[in-house]
Amino acid sequence: MMQDQKKKVLGIALIGVALAVLPFVIGMGFGNAWIRMLDFALLYIMLALGLNIVVGFAGLLDLGYIAFYAVGAYIYALLASPHFGLHWPLWAILPVGALIAGIFGVLLGTPTLKLRGDYLAIVTLGFGEIIRIFLNNLNAPVNITNGPKGIAGIDPLAKNIEIFGYPLHSLYLIYYLFVALALLIVFVTMRLENSRLGRAWVAIREDEIAAKACGINTRNVKLLAFAMGASFGGVAGGLFAGFQQFVSPESFGLFESIMVLCMVVLGGMGNIPGVILGAVVLTVLPELFRQWAGPMQMAVFGQTYIDPESMRLLLFGIALILVMRFRPMGLLPSSRRKAEFEHAEEGAQA
Amino acid sequence: MTALLQARNIAKHFGGIRALKDVSLTINAGEIYGLIGPNGAGKTTFFNVITGLYQRDGGDIVFAGQPLHVESPHEVTQAGIARTFQNIRLFAEMSALENVMVGRHLRSKGSVIGAVLRTATVRAEEAAIRAKATELLAYVGIAGKAGVRAASLSYGDQRRLEIARALATEPKLLALDEPAAGMNATETAGLRALIEKVRTDGTTVLLIEHDVRLIMGLCDRVAVLDYGEKIAEDVPAVVQKDPRVVSAYLGVPYEQ
Ligand SMILES: Nc1ncnc2c1ncn2[C@@H]1O[C@H](COP(=O)(O)OP(=O)(O)OP(=O)(O)O)[C@@H](O)[C@H]1O
Ligand SMILES: [Mg+2]
Repeated sequence: MMQDQKKKVLGIALIGVALAVLPFVIGMGFGNAWIRMLDFALLYIMLALGLNIVVGFAGLLDLGYIAFYAVGAYIYALLASPHFGLHWPLWAILPVGALIAGIFGVLLGTPTLKLRGDYLAIVTLGFGEIIRIFLNNLNAPVNITNGPKGIAGIDPLAKNIEIFGYPLHSLYLIYYLFVALALLIVFVTMRLENSRLGRAWVAIREDEIAAKACGINTRNVKLLAFAMGASFGGVAGGLFAGFQQFVSPESFGLFESIMVLCMVVLGGMGNIPGVILGAVVLTVLPELFRQWAGPMQMAVFGQTYIDPESMRLLLFGIALILVMRFRPMGLLPSSRRKAEFEHAEEGAQA
Repeated sequence: MTALLQARNIAKHFGGIRALKDVSLTINAGEIYGLIGPNGAGKTTFFNVITGLYQRDGGDIVFAGQPLHVESPHEVTQAGIARTFQNIRLFAEMSALENVMVGRHLRSKGSVIGAVLRTATVRAEEAAIRAKATELLAYVGIAGKAGVRAASLSYGDQRRLEIARALATEPKLLALDEPAAGMNATETAGLRALIEKVRTDGTTVLLIEHDVRLIMGLCDRVAVLDYGEKIAEDVPAVVQKDPRVVSAYLGVPYEQ
């Protein structure tokens, strides 16, 4: 028991050190563009973990999830940009964004409570598009979102600073901010997974009628899943807006929703490390191909046959097919059963 | 003898099919009450109506002295009726222990904030849920299967697990829909002992069964449904000889 405790502390310490030095290693080896990508990977981890609550835990197929990312991003944009002349601090905006995105989650959830599977997917897909179209058109009669032009000049999350005379690029500070929030979301998700509510979500996923018969108020518990997932999306959206310093409806299309869903499915639905892996792989790999596909073709064939951008989508498709063929449960499938088994053994020894 | 459940003139139809026609019956506290009838007689429909899975088209239900609100199944469970399903409905990917832990949902109250902060209260509650679930697995006789995925349990064990999960909600009335279906003679004997134990420990049992020997040996009273109508209700020995019941089962028209 003590041994386990020590191992756990050691493991956490090692992960902490690795996360702390990671941007310096990557920055020195590959340059700032890669730290930027790392930051994006962290945003996608937060998004994917939020969607994982809805799809992975509660089994509700949501194809409009990016709408909550959009809500969070626009809340940040409106509260911290010259557009309305407001300049709220980050720590005040994020909770507001999470709350409003959560409310949107309930708004989406309420009319879809009776729907499952394909039907739910279609309705949520529509919801995602509606939000995007609203953002596109809310520039008249009162200009709220600035329409398709988007909102620019958003307050940055951090500035370049100097520590003991050494310049430190803002990307590093943003990295630490994102790591902290991503860890918080991982922590909350892990705690929820092994709780009364986490079990209720999985029960609904496995058999909704039996869940009702067990006394679960499926309506409330589903709405809670929508709200939790949406609020994580809202936090990630706010960070995205401050990171890019620009938002426009274009960033929140159906393809983005599908991308996040792929991260959840590819990594291993319902399994937190799997979802994290899925988010990292699907952020980094396509970027790698975009950067290397062009020069590589030049080196081998002397000219570019396939446009790197379309090659990226092609490889993305192939990767998904391969995973679904050889690892249908995802790269790291849920360890729920294994954990429970170990627990039972522990109980037997005690 | 006090009545635990009183169903009066329950009606349910699906389009043109009248699955239940003014069915009235009273289940007394502490008894094992059998509900039998040929295939399609409306037994499962009756279960679905009293547990809130279907909305009834007529009649009313009084449970434990209170009118039963059956707008949603979880409220029925809250009121004290738990059930199993004719075609077993377990949470397939969860372990046996977790299945029973879900049954404790109603009798615990850990919230989001409690779960995230893992307060002392929540930790104590989780431990209690786990202990109770472990105890119930032993009670139904599958203590050794706690960590096994529900879907990989044998058929008989799945039926037992469903009973444990239902008992976890602390019901006053346990409604079992064909629990012996697909069981061999040994398993059925074990099930019979389990149902008797449940009753002895203070839970009233409502039992749908096709196994006549099980019904006759176990039930205090039996009601017979045929084409959605209650055609008999009495102690097993009397019901067994009732000419209407005999003709319902043999398919011979009953001559008055
Ligand atoms: N959801 C439904 N929709 C339409 N018809 C239904 C529905 N549920 C039951 N029925 C019909 O109601 C009648 C009673 O069915 P029910 O399942 O209650 O019978 P049962 O007595 O449980 O039979 P069995 O012994 O075969 O389980 C049948 O004719 C059945 O086809
Ligand atoms: Mg039936």
